[in-house]
Amino acid sequence: MGTLTEEIFSHKLGRAVEQDETVVVDVDRVMSHDTTTPLAIQAFRKLTRGDESGGRSGRVFDARRSHIVFDHIIPAATIAAATLHRDVRTFAREQDISILQEGICHQVMPERGYVIPGDIIVGADSHTCTYGALGAFATGMGSTDIGVAYATGRTWFRVPRTINIRLTGTLPFGVYAKDVTFEIVRQVGVDGANYRAIEYSGELIERMSVSERFTFCNMAIEMGGKAGLVAPDATTRAWLQGRTDRQYPMLAPRNPRYERVIEIDASQLQPTVACPPDVNNVVPVGELETVEIDQVFLGTCTNGRLDDLAIAAAILRGKTISPRTRMVVIPASREIYLEAMRLGYLEIFVQAGASVGTPGCGPCIGRHNGVLAPGERALTTMNRNFTGRMGDPTSEIYLGSPATVAATALTGHITDPRKFL
Amino acid sequence: MSRIWMLGDNVNTDVIIPGRYNVTTDRAQLARYCLCEVLPAFGQQVQAGDVVMAGHNFGCGSSREHAPAALLASGVQVIIARSFARIFYRNAVNIGLPVLVCEDAVLNSIDGQEIEADLTTGIIRNRTTGQAFQAEPLDPFVERIVAAGGIIEYIRQEGTLR
Ligand code: SF4
Repeated sequence: MGTLTEEIFSHKLGRAVEQDETVVVDVDRVMSHDTTTPLAIQAFRKLTRGDESGGRSGRVFDARRSHIVFDHIIPAATIAAATLHRDVRTFAREQDISILQEGICHQVMPERGYVIPGDIIVGADSHTCTYGALGAFATGMGSTDIGVAYATGRTWFRVPRTINIRLTGTLPFGVYAKDVTFEIVRQVGVDGANYRAIEYSGELIERMSVSERFTFCNMAIEMGGKAGLVAPDATTRAWLQGRTDRQYPMLAPRNPRYERVIEIDASQLQPTVACPPDVNNVVPVGELETVEIDQVFLGTCTNGRLDDLAIAAAILRGKTISPRTRMVVIPASREIYLEAMRLGYLEIFVQAGASVGTPGCGPCIGRHNGVLAPGERALTTMNRNFTGRMGDPTSEIYLGSPATVAATALTGHITDPRKFL
Repeated sequence: MSRIWMLGDNVNTDVIIPGRYNVTTDRAQLARYCLCEVLPAFGQQVQAGDVVMAGHNFGCGSSREHAPAALLASGVQVIIARSFARIFYRNAVNIGLPVLVCEDAVLNSIDGQEIEADLTTGIIRNRTTGQAFQAEPLDPFVERIVAAGGIIEYIRQEGTLR
């Protein structure tokens, strides 16, 4: 009995858990990426070195369920990044872990079939909550927690309370999952879900693709959420088909006790933009048309998937971007990159004047592939608009849907995508 | 003699230790630049045993552990806030930086006052005003980790995580 989160914990522990209870559980997978692995290794070594208690002689708990993804700065942009990669590769070889270098961790983990319903997964990245779209409980942690999980295969949790977001209606013309997510963050606030899980349900969620569900769950952390979840259904099953042959439980909430229920009728929404510096600073796109944009960026774990690229390609087909802006496109994974290539999307972007980059995080954290100069402004499909995240501390970030980003690329100022659809 | 260093709401990890300094794991460096943008005097004047107080959502932002590590390195005894961001709270507990949640203590104290905090009972005494406050009790599991001095020490003592 309980929320989906409680059902997952109860299933794992073989007994009914309660909200606010602290539990120690075995985790199914542990993940870290190129920038968080070095500190996790430090904690791992601190814990396992000189330990005589058997079973923990400096080895990870299970090399096949330990995943290191290189995505934040690939290919290495600086000597410092290259050195960091080299050191992590040495650790991975020593532990028989294969490094994944084929896109953003939060896209690659599910694509590879490493995430199934009912799993408990911890990752050294705050957007690990993305995996909840497949009905797993997944959350981001700091490097000591991840080092401990690599060493022991276990972690501790306080079973969180849950906020239920019920989405109804149909998406109006020009409105996408991203716009609905902004409305959710606007209502909940940037810390309204602190310590809490968010469960998305309702007829709109049921009709949505796994890709759109990823967008919702990805941004649970933008409200402080510990996890974002969607109960698995036929859509989940179809998506997992061919990615995994493991059996999984189709867990669902049973008489859940939610701390709060928020109902949103998507039919009432319009295209919106989250203005700097907070994600709940949501404004209808029409009110921002005078804002000039120096760079647009289509990509990231929030919106770098095939359907996102398809929407942008439809807008940009046969056109060229405005000379007063520049455009960066980074598919979230190699699988998506190849498919976008076959479908001709990449050609459309390149013809339009965009630079298309290697699957990974790209300029999302301002390390390479299109960083911003002092005072510059970007409109992106990212999840965070903290001032300075993409480059100079004074540069600003606006967030929008892939359609809004593509429309803006054509004009050089924030533009309502409905004009080009 | 423990001084209060008072901060507001939503102090994020970039404010606790600005990104350009968190490339280091050197404790002295981290301590020196800790809170340098909001409390320029902190790095120079903080004394071992001082207390940092803050409003809501202390430590929001990134999951990187440089923020609690910098506070720990600066010698503060405990962080008392109206609420903490989840990942910061865990990271602090894991590395042995004590954290207490106490609305009243924060609302009834000001920067520079003298304070005393008993980590085992959660009783906080503002020595300047004479008022006493009770912090929210720690989860028993968290209390054990804090008592051990962090999760690594805890696992070493217990032999495993349980
Ligand atoms: S794409 Fe951006 S938000 Fe996603 S994992 Fe990479 S850096 Fe983080």
